[in-house]
Amino acid sequence: MVQARAEDPSALEEITRRLRRDIVTSTTSAGSGHPSTSLSMVEIVTVLYFGGVLRYDTSAPRDPGRDRFILSKGHGAPGLYAVLAEAGYFSVDELNTLRKLGSPLEGHPNMNRVPGVEASTGSLGQGLSIGIGHAVAARVDGRDYRVYVMQGDGETEQGQVWEAVMYAGNHGLDNLTLIIDRNGYQQTGAVDDIQPLDPLEDKLRAFLWEVRTIDGHSLSEVAGAFDWARSVSGSPQAIIANTVKGKGVSLLEATPGKFHGKPLTEGQRDDALEEVGA
Amino acid sequence: MSFGITRLKVEEGPPTREAFGDALAELGGEFQDLVVLDGDVANSTFTERFGERFPERFFNVGIAESNLIGIAAGLAGAGKISVAASFSTFLLSNAFDQIRMSIAFPNQNVKLVGSHAGISIGEDGPSQMAIEDVALACALPGFTVIVPADGPSAAAATRAMIERDGPVFLRCGRPKVPIVYEDDAPLQVGRANQLRAGDDVTLIANGIMVAMALDAAETLADDGIQARVIDMHTVKPIDAEAIERAANETRALVVAEEHLAYGGMGSTVAMVVAERKPTRMAFVDIGDTYATSGTPDELLVQFGLTPAAIVDAARRLLKD
Repeated sequence: MVQARAEDPSALEEITRRLRRDIVTSTTSAGSGHPSTSLSMVEIVTVLYFGGVLRYDTSAPRDPGRDRFILSKGHGAPGLYAVLAEAGYFSVDELNTLRKLGSPLEGHPNMNRVPGVEASTGSLGQGLSIGIGHAVAARVDGRDYRVYVMQGDGETEQGQVWEAVMYAGNHGLDNLTLIIDRNGYQQTGAVDDIQPLDPLEDKLRAFLWEVRTIDGHSLSEVAGAFDWARSVSGSPQAIIANTVKGKGVSLLEATPGKFHGKPLTEGQRDDALEEVGA
Repeated sequence: MSFGITRLKVEEGPPTREAFGDALAELGGEFQDLVVLDGDVANSTFTERFGERFPERFFNVGIAESNLIGIAAGLAGAGKISVAASFSTFLLSNAFDQIRMSIAFPNQNVKLVGSHAGISIGEDGPSQMAIEDVALACALPGFTVIVPADGPSAAAATRAMIERDGPVFLRCGRPKVPIVYEDDAPLQVGRANQLRAGDDVTLIANGIMVAMALDAAETLADDGIQARVIDMHTVKPIDAEAIERAANETRALVVAEEHLAYGGMGSTVAMVVAERKPTRMAFVDIGDTYATSGTPDELLVQFGLTPAAIVDAARRLLKD
């Protein structure tokens, strides 16, 4: 039976440092990719995979009773690959093959090539609908697994997202949790300057979701939010995680509008690794 | 019913969409993993008959095709055989990127069933007519594309797609159609059915054009022209061997389909012909235009989808 992995709380911070190291290293080695959008999600996936939340078994990635994590913002692939490697789905060394010919670690996640990847994503707005399919299947089969979907704030502009939000709310899918990684930026600028989402909490509540907003870089707040999500009955839950694009690397944090889809140079990477401390 | 048919003695049968709906409801008992999703047109696609018998496995997702496709993909990811149904144009055109990204690329076990294909839907007009759908579906790697000719073959195609692993597009129509096959139509995916032997010209058709091709063959026989008639129910994977044989054994090929000229069955057959045995061809289709409102028969005449059009095309090819 699949179980959630609960590391010592003090170990979680150490894991976030390793994930940041792997994100920066793998994207610089690839010479392309999206380090900044991957860095904003680090604490969330750390708590999911190592904070006693997600039930999974790396030796049986398709166990029908597993919990599902779907990364809808597929360009965060380096962050997903880093946490899957840390969990043991494949070796950390493999991260250096990111985006290279022959590697299963493609620029965006491919569910048929990478164990632990639940959906092939990269065309934005599609992950929540897929998550609903899994959540509905759990109901049909009488299984108690849970489904977690992470999407970006810019991605939330997609129409399909709101079709899915409406469906999940109307059907009270309480085995479904949506995490919005609200790092504030999309490709060409700030979300607030392009297509502001607020009042985001009110919008989601109007679609019959339970909503909580947290600091997405606080391990304790993230853990508390997942505890809360699992306690909600009768409604899907949205966790709006306020995050910083490029979190942990001061160069990226200072210029969030400039580094979408750009890796660090080798010199910048070395500075970043020193800063990350892993 | 007429479809311009004058010579063939055929009975009118159910619409292919209804035969699909009945077959699906039957298969629900046999395949416990079968789930069906509909975009709020279940009384038009006839998936309501499955829904009545298996309500716990039937989902009306509402008028939201993108979400419909995504949910179907998620259910398939959880091990289900997902059938997603709507009007063909809303399914394929509205949700094309979702089909590409959530079904085709990950090769999910989702069966798309589009009803109301072609111009034979009649009065509702061009916004409801799927005439690009075969091109769209054939463009997707890994997809199987089936266009059945009549009720019995639509029922057989429904079973074939459920039993087949991977994504399938089944194209159905709105009107009642002539019965080409007696009960238990043979339908092996990727294997065309030869319905009439002939050495002079080959008529390759699918959907409602199959009955018209058989009717055209009767008329051609009066001129001493022996037409081979092939039901190319599977457009992808195409039966290249049947095409190659026809190109070798007859002098010309006429392809007839209720679809636009670009990217449909005609293009696919022409690729095989060009590569294996260059042969003269003619194409009976909607051309490169949208239709209008009108009765089905009026539209079929106006846009050149008739037995007479097939006869003319065959005569033209053989005269040159």
